[in-house]
Amino acid sequence: MLTVKDLHASVEGKEILKGINLQVNPGEVHAIMGPNGSGKSTLASVIAGNEDYEVSSGEITLNGEELSEADAEERAHKGIFLSFQYPIEIPGVTVTNFIKTAINANRKAQGLEDMPAKDMLKNIREKAALLEIDSKFLSRSLNEGFSGGEKKRNEIFQMAMLEPKLAILDETDSGLDIDALKIVANGVNKLKSKDNAVVVITHYQRLLDYIVPDFVHVLYNGKIVKSGTKELAHELEAKGYDWIKQLVD
Amino acid sequence: MAYTEEELKKELETKEYEYGFYTDIDSDTFPVGLNEDIVRAISKRKEEPEWMTDWRLDAYRSWVEMKEPDWHNVQYTKPDFQAISYYSAPSKKDKYESLDEVDPELLDTFKKLGISIDEQKVLAGVAVDIVVDSVSVATTFRDTLAKKGIIFCSISEAIKDHPDLVRKYIGTVIPVKDNYYAALNSAVFSDGSFCYIPKGVRCPMELSTYFRINQAGTGQFERTLVVADESSYVSYLEGCTAPSRDENQLHAAVVELVAMDDAEIKYSTVQNWYPGNKEGKGGVFNFVTKRGICHNNAKISWTQVETGSAVTWKYPSCILKGDNSIGEFYSIAVTNNFQQADTGTKMIHLGKNTRSTIISKGISAGRSQNSYRGLVQVHPKATNARNFSQCDSLLMGDQCGAHTFPYIEVKNNSAQIEHEATTSKIGEDQIFYCNQRGIDTEKAIALIVNGFSKEVLNKLPMEFAVEAQKLLEISLEGSVG
Repeated sequence: MLTVKDLHASVEGKEILKGINLQVNPGEVHAIMGPNGSGKSTLASVIAGNEDYEVSSGEITLNGEELSEADAEERAHKGIFLSFQYPIEIPGVTVTNFIKTAINANRKAQGLEDMPAKDMLKNIREKAALLEIDSKFLSRSLNEGFSGGEKKRNEIFQMAMLEPKLAILDETDSGLDIDALKIVANGVNKLKSKDNAVVVITHYQRLLDYIVPDFVHVLYNGKIVKSGTKELAHELEAKGYDWIKQLVD
Repeated sequence: MAYTEEELKKELETKEYEYGFYTDIDSDTFPVGLNEDIVRAISKRKEEPEWMTDWRLDAYRSWVEMKEPDWHNVQYTKPDFQAISYYSAPSKKDKYESLDEVDPELLDTFKKLGISIDEQKVLAGVAVDIVVDSVSVATTFRDTLAKKGIIFCSISEAIKDHPDLVRKYIGTVIPVKDNYYAALNSAVFSDGSFCYIPKGVRCPMELSTYFRINQAGTGQFERTLVVADESSYVSYLEGCTAPSRDENQLHAAVVELVAMDDAEIKYSTVQNWYPGNKEGKGGVFNFVTKRGICHNNAKISWTQVETGSAVTWKYPSCILKGDNSIGEFYSIAVTNNFQQADTGTKMIHLGKNTRSTIISKGISAGRSQNSYRGLVQVHPKATNARNFSQCDSLLMGDQCGAHTFPYIEVKNNSAQIEHEATTSKIGEDQIFYCNQRGIDTEKAIALIVNGFSKEVLNKLPMEFAVEAQKLLEISLEGSVG
């Protein structure tokens, strides 16, 4: 599904990603772990098409299609979803209005009419129930005054609504208490299928107890320095990132 | 398209004014210039009684003595008042009895404006008075209204048919000498709308006026007078457009509202005069005086969406004379390219327990300048006056300006005044967030702007809110709409 080949990317002249290789197949869950500043969020942003980052070489393909010419909304239309580490506030725009606009924008890109209001409502109700979101929440301004947990839950709600092919969850566990973490993880697991894939970016093993990865990659200093199965996450948890640093340096 | 400052700027500049057509209708236009003879000629052309002619002349004589104001935060070349024609009217002079009699070109104009009169009749139940250049050409729904005793007609007709009412109220809220442009308007106004709601009557539909400047080299000076008698209610809408022209056109209107005891007037404006091109050439100078007076327990609510005009100078105000009266001002002002707006309100608290609310949303883009100017004044006898003001500014790009000039004068210790202000910028992170969800940059900006303006948009009557929302998108984007 997703293939990243020798990806180099920089921001303001500073190289952050120094040759990333990654292959994600349909039905798989990949975890990307690594210490602060290793380039995890940059990788997520670059895949999503954030133009603050300059891709100097390498390529990203989604289902065989090279993405370098596709801008962020085109990548979204092709099925890439990014759950933001720090979701953005848009005052005065309700959660419902925002997701409705997003759904219809994606439908338009596919040459479809707007989703009928009835279907939209039904869909919103189902997905809100899945994530234990109550209806009052849906009429609040997007991310404005949300707690950390509410923001993350809303990200996963949007993911549930948009049904992406590839979901990248950037530190979705940060700011979540254990109950919220379970709800969010449960939501992600229910949305998983043999046709879509999830990339989970996290510092900690904790989330991976609930969203169990097929593969774990350790990112350090802009490169994937170690890949393995879920046991690698446990090993990291036990030995800490210094272990990786010693391994590399 | 991912968003960068450069791209945004480029995109904003490609905005096109979609009402910039000109209709070739025969018109009867006066020679340029202004003097007492012209004032007399206007009055005569309109077959006005002598008191009206004298009133105009009095205004003219005051105007000659007055100086054009320069305290506002806008810069423009002062109009040459001798180079303007003060009267232009579609040449059929008689009021049309039915729409069939209206010049087909004119009806076509209405279509381009998005006003289908029939459709409005059926769907919206809106009674419309349409003023092209200076003359009222069609008033719909008059009979239905007349059954309730409501008078809704052009001001020229009102002067002829209801002289006592007009004479009693005209110039009482905005005296002829109030300011330079109000004096000019009083001297030369050629038409406008008049509305009277009798005691205890709730007007069953929205009343609406569409203003259009069509002819080149003319000024438009319309005058609106709305009187809501005791315990009555009316909601009034006005919309404005003009053709795209290279020269600046002057629009100096006066709107007076009178809300008697326990009456309520809701006055909504969507102003979309031609704003000039992206280099700042042409556009309408919009110098407008709007003011209402509230008697006991009365309420006046101004809502405005200002997207057009090269220069706007406008402060819809409330004189809260009666005890327990309420004044409200809800405003969205959008400026783009080289537009300049200096707009806000005055809330004059004279009565006891008077309350006022001001919500102002300014959106600046391009190289435009957008100022909020507001006065909250509490007089010594106005015990327990309360005001809440909120002024929010949204900036797009780094070459525009947002300014706030709040004046507060309180002479009674029991007053409670609150003022809140914020300034924000549409962030690249907001745009990227929307893009990532599949929403393109244009739509993202519309979404953010609509969210920012929501508190005011919510105050507009339903059918106007949709139009206003669309207008915001058109004003700030490429080819939407």
